[in-house]
Amino acid sequence: MPPFVELRGLEYSYPLDGGGQIAALRGIDLTIERGEFLAIVGPNGSGKSTLVRHLNGLLLPTAGQVQVNGLLTSDPRNLWAIRQRVGMVFQNPDNQIVASTVEEDVAFGPENAALPPDEIRRRVDEALATVGLAEYRTRPPQMLSGGQRQLLAIAGALATRPACIVFDEPASMLDPANRRQVLDTIRRLNVEGLTIILITQAMEEATAARRVLVMHKGRVAMDGPPAQVFEHGSQLRSWGLDLPAAVEIAHHLRERGWRLPQGLLTIEQLARALC
Amino acid sequence: MLIRVENLSHTYVSGTPLARVALHGVSLEVSSSERVGLVGRTGSGKSTLVQHIAGLLTPSEGQVLIDGIAAHERTIVARAARRRVGLAFQYPEDQIFEQTVFREVAFGPRNMRLNKAEIAERVRWALEMVGLNPAMESRSPFTLSGGEMRRAALASILAMRPEALILDEPTAGLDPHGRRELLARVRAWQVETGATLILVSHNLDELARVVERVIVLDRGQVAADGSARQVLSDSALLSAAGLDVPQSVTLLRALHEAGWDVRTDRLLPEEAVEEIVRVDAGHTTSLRALQSVEAM
Repeated sequence: MPPFVELRGLEYSYPLDGGGQIAALRGIDLTIERGEFLAIVGPNGSGKSTLVRHLNGLLLPTAGQVQVNGLLTSDPRNLWAIRQRVGMVFQNPDNQIVASTVEEDVAFGPENAALPPDEIRRRVDEALATVGLAEYRTRPPQMLSGGQRQLLAIAGALATRPACIVFDEPASMLDPANRRQVLDTIRRLNVEGLTIILITQAMEEATAARRVLVMHKGRVAMDGPPAQVFEHGSQLRSWGLDLPAAVEIAHHLRERGWRLPQGLLTIEQLARALC
Repeated sequence: MLIRVENLSHTYVSGTPLARVALHGVSLEVSSSERVGLVGRTGSGKSTLVQHIAGLLTPSEGQVLIDGIAAHERTIVARAARRRVGLAFQYPEDQIFEQTVFREVAFGPRNMRLNKAEIAERVRWALEMVGLNPAMESRSPFTLSGGEMRRAALASILAMRPEALILDEPTAGLDPHGRRELLARVRAWQVETGATLILVSHNLDELARVVERVIVLDRGQVAADGSARQVLSDSALLSAAGLDVPQSVTLLRALHEAGWDVRTDRLLPEEAVEEIVRVDAGHTTSLRALQSVEAM
């Protein structure tokens, strides 16, 4: 079986208004296996969003190639099959809400796939229950708060039963409770076998992934488990990134002579190490 | 500028089955030169409240007074009062509509009937304030990245030189460096001008670096209003309001519960480090000292 996602020499340039172009991706080789939980971090403009938009053919390579499930995104005949496998959830839910009630909005994907009504009903109910919006099913989406609308967008992605969901900063507009709910949902979906690709600017969120990819100037600058990546604090900071608070505090304590175990990523782990 | 919120209530689509009470009897005052954080879970009424302060909504009950003038009224005096309050929306694309970044940022100053030179000067100043390259002036704002669009939207508000600036989740979508830089610039602007700054944010770690006072809204009512140090270290209060406790406070609380004699109202990571070092050094059996012995 081919890897789930395979990028070979991927380059992409955006055309500029007045002619010319600007390179957003400068040669990316990357393999993502089924069931992975991959976090992508990087400063604004490093190419994170451009990269993931190649995974379901929203963007096509300027050079190199992208294969999903062994299917090339550059072949238009593959796009329907690829988009059924890879769902996307973006930062601003309002750009992806299409219907006049919550349940109709979630039903949009399954309806487009021409599923029987029973199956659509089941998927809509399940997806709304998963994100905790069941009680709002008959509401117009505009009546939901920003956080609830993002949960609705996630329900919409879930309803097509993809093999992978790409989340592009899904929680950056959410309050802590909704953020936790969304991240717990993402983690649970991954445990159940869904491949997760999570773009985030919150380093604490990246610690939940098993693999962290750091993008910088259109290239993959680091690729490894979170504990390993976050050891490179000064390097990350020079690229405009941060460390999780626990990693930063542990780092400063080590500088003051404390001996702490490596790989402390969360406040809970740090507290245990200190006590 | 004195912002007085008096017994303010707001019900969306009242009189229909979809009626939803967003604010219920909110009263508070914000004076000139204050830096205030407004926090609360999704649906707590934060965005509704700041839209009332900007005079964009009509109260169901009560009122918002800007130096004694009711902000929502359709009078020339009220419109002049509203102009003194700048509100940057949660989603910048909701407020952007011009063809170029220059026109977008110049829109407010042009409406204020400033002359061309003054308008150009304000645009330059505002773009610099938010850290946008002047070369972007001629770009369409809709071709900007999310972070750049957010900066452009903020610049268009700063260009009106508001006496009160309200930012609704201003750093969402910015990278960590961009967030720190933008907040530092806004803070410096506030200190220099003595304007009022109201920051709506879910990120209490970030808020702790900017504001002196924090108001917690919960279910349309004021659940707490006090100094940042006091409110942001009250983990019971924050949890009840559906908010995350700042990470440093979480760590210090865990140590406190384990018997360490640490203060738990240190909001920033560097403060937490100092507090841990301070308390440990006071112990005759310093943990750090013990570790050094073990190491030998």
